[in-house]
Amino acid sequence: MNNAIAFRTLVYKETKRFIRIWPQTLLPPAITTALYFLIFGKLIGGRLGDIHGISYMDYIVPGIILMSVISHSYANVVSSFYSTKFQRNIEELLVAPVPNWVVLAGYVTGGIVRGLLVGTVVALISMLFDPLACQNVYIALSVVLLTAILFSLAGFINAVLAESFDDISIIPNFVLTPLSYLGGVFYSVEMLSETWQTISMGNPILYMVNAFRYGLTGVSDVDVPLAFAITGGFIVVLTAFSLYLLHRGTGIKN
Amino acid sequence: MNALSIKNLRKTYQNGFEAVKGIDLDVEAGDFFALLGPNGAGKSTVIGIVSSLVNASSGSVSIFGHDLYKARNLAKTCLGLVPQEVNFNQFDTAKSIVLNMAGFYGMPRKLALQRTEHCLKQMDLWDKRDTISRRLSGGMKRRVMIARAMVHSPKLLILDEPTAGVDIEIRRSMWQTMKQVNEEGTTIILTTHYLEEAESLCRNIAIIDQGRIVEHSDMKSLLARLHIDYFILDLARPLAQAPVIDGYHIERVDNTILNVAVPKELGLNRLFAGLSQHNIEVTSLKNKSNRLEQLFMDLIDAKKPEGRHE
Repeated sequence: MNNAIAFRTLVYKETKRFIRIWPQTLLPPAITTALYFLIFGKLIGGRLGDIHGISYMDYIVPGIILMSVISHSYANVVSSFYSTKFQRNIEELLVAPVPNWVVLAGYVTGGIVRGLLVGTVVALISMLFDPLACQNVYIALSVVLLTAILFSLAGFINAVLAESFDDISIIPNFVLTPLSYLGGVFYSVEMLSETWQTISMGNPILYMVNAFRYGLTGVSDVDVPLAFAITGGFIVVLTAFSLYLLHRGTGIKN
Repeated sequence: MNALSIKNLRKTYQNGFEAVKGIDLDVEAGDFFALLGPNGAGKSTVIGIVSSLVNASSGSVSIFGHDLYKARNLAKTCLGLVPQEVNFNQFDTAKSIVLNMAGFYGMPRKLALQRTEHCLKQMDLWDKRDTISRRLSGGMKRRVMIARAMVHSPKLLILDEPTAGVDIEIRRSMWQTMKQVNEEGTTIILTTHYLEEAESLCRNIAIIDQGRIVEHSDMKSLLARLHIDYFILDLARPLAQAPVIDGYHIERVDNTILNVAVPKELGLNRLFAGLSQHNIEVTSLKNKSNRLEQLFMDLIDAKKPEGRHE
């Protein structure tokens, strides 16, 4: 009961935080993705042929939605938790009887809410250009939810281990963005040479993007159950590691 | 029952610095307790361990009988902390800072709202409840932290230099509030560099230096051990140099003010007789209020190893 109240308080606080700064959190993805859809989807995509039997615009919509979910769920948790550490208001949670799992669940839920909200905004923007297909709503929703959970957890770990503001921008800029762009958002891996296809299969984002694309369009480069297994496996490992870091007090306690 | 019981507490930081070297400390329920010590003595580490901000290397801590490691949540529920530095989100309003803390303690919304209103009113901040906290003055920010620490009605309140940097008027009003909170039954542990504050508020005291408790007693008996009183004398006429009177240490503060250390066994009559012999007329006299400060310095100096006197 008490933990439920603490959890609700933390989620409310986190949600209020990113909504209060909506011009920084919700508006930019709307503008950026509108430009993606216009330039890549319509202007360039219109001149490209179909991929796996669907238009290029329909092909890139799932990837762009999921890419936004990944970057925003990650960014929300990494920036919020690091700021909390930096301003030392993490001490509010350490002094109070809030269990570690509630702290983790609260921040991750904040990341999920922002990721899903941004995903919804991007989906609505895409509908200005083309109707949004949805072949299997359960697969689409579960993939987007699991992806938001996974990258919120990754953002949390980054924030716990970060010792400076530089540390919270290195992973998003130099790891997350390249993996997202190379994760089959704009192309099918079948268009790559055999060597690059094999290398691409080592990119976990490729599985999530394709599983989500399968949910919306019925088209995928990967085995969908394998994509769920990989995403679920990462969630289990990152959750365990996050709880271990909190238990040790890494980065937050002396 | 003890509000706080610390047994053989030790803390060695990763860089090898041993900040706390086996401290034992008991604070009785209902006490107004001063924990004093010079900078770097280990006070903040001890407070950090008690409030779960720092991991202890060894030892035990119990708060109102609840072991901090075996019954962590029960122990934490008994404790409220006002830290030395502002540590709330400065983009939140005063009300949401206090209300969120109530939520972290698992307080239902209706009760949390009532307690938030009560604590903000008690701290004279109700009119500022919707102000973004970074726009509040330094004194108000400190009072927000006190309101936040009291929202769950803790039995033990730790105030880590709560009046540092606030003006006299606010400091006195905070003293009044602290006294009232203590009279209502909350045990208070106060750390401060204003020794006058500790002397006037606290009943018991511990002095910590170099990670060890060097003194632990009640304030009255500690002050009784002070065998010298300090007085400030205002003179009728300017004086070129301080007079020499056997047995008294006299310093000239300026032309018309003398600072005199009076050993209790000699008393004041002999001092005034000596001053008369030097044809010095005293217009007024006041007792310096920082008796504890002198005692504190004596204790700290006495515990310093040879060669460390600064």
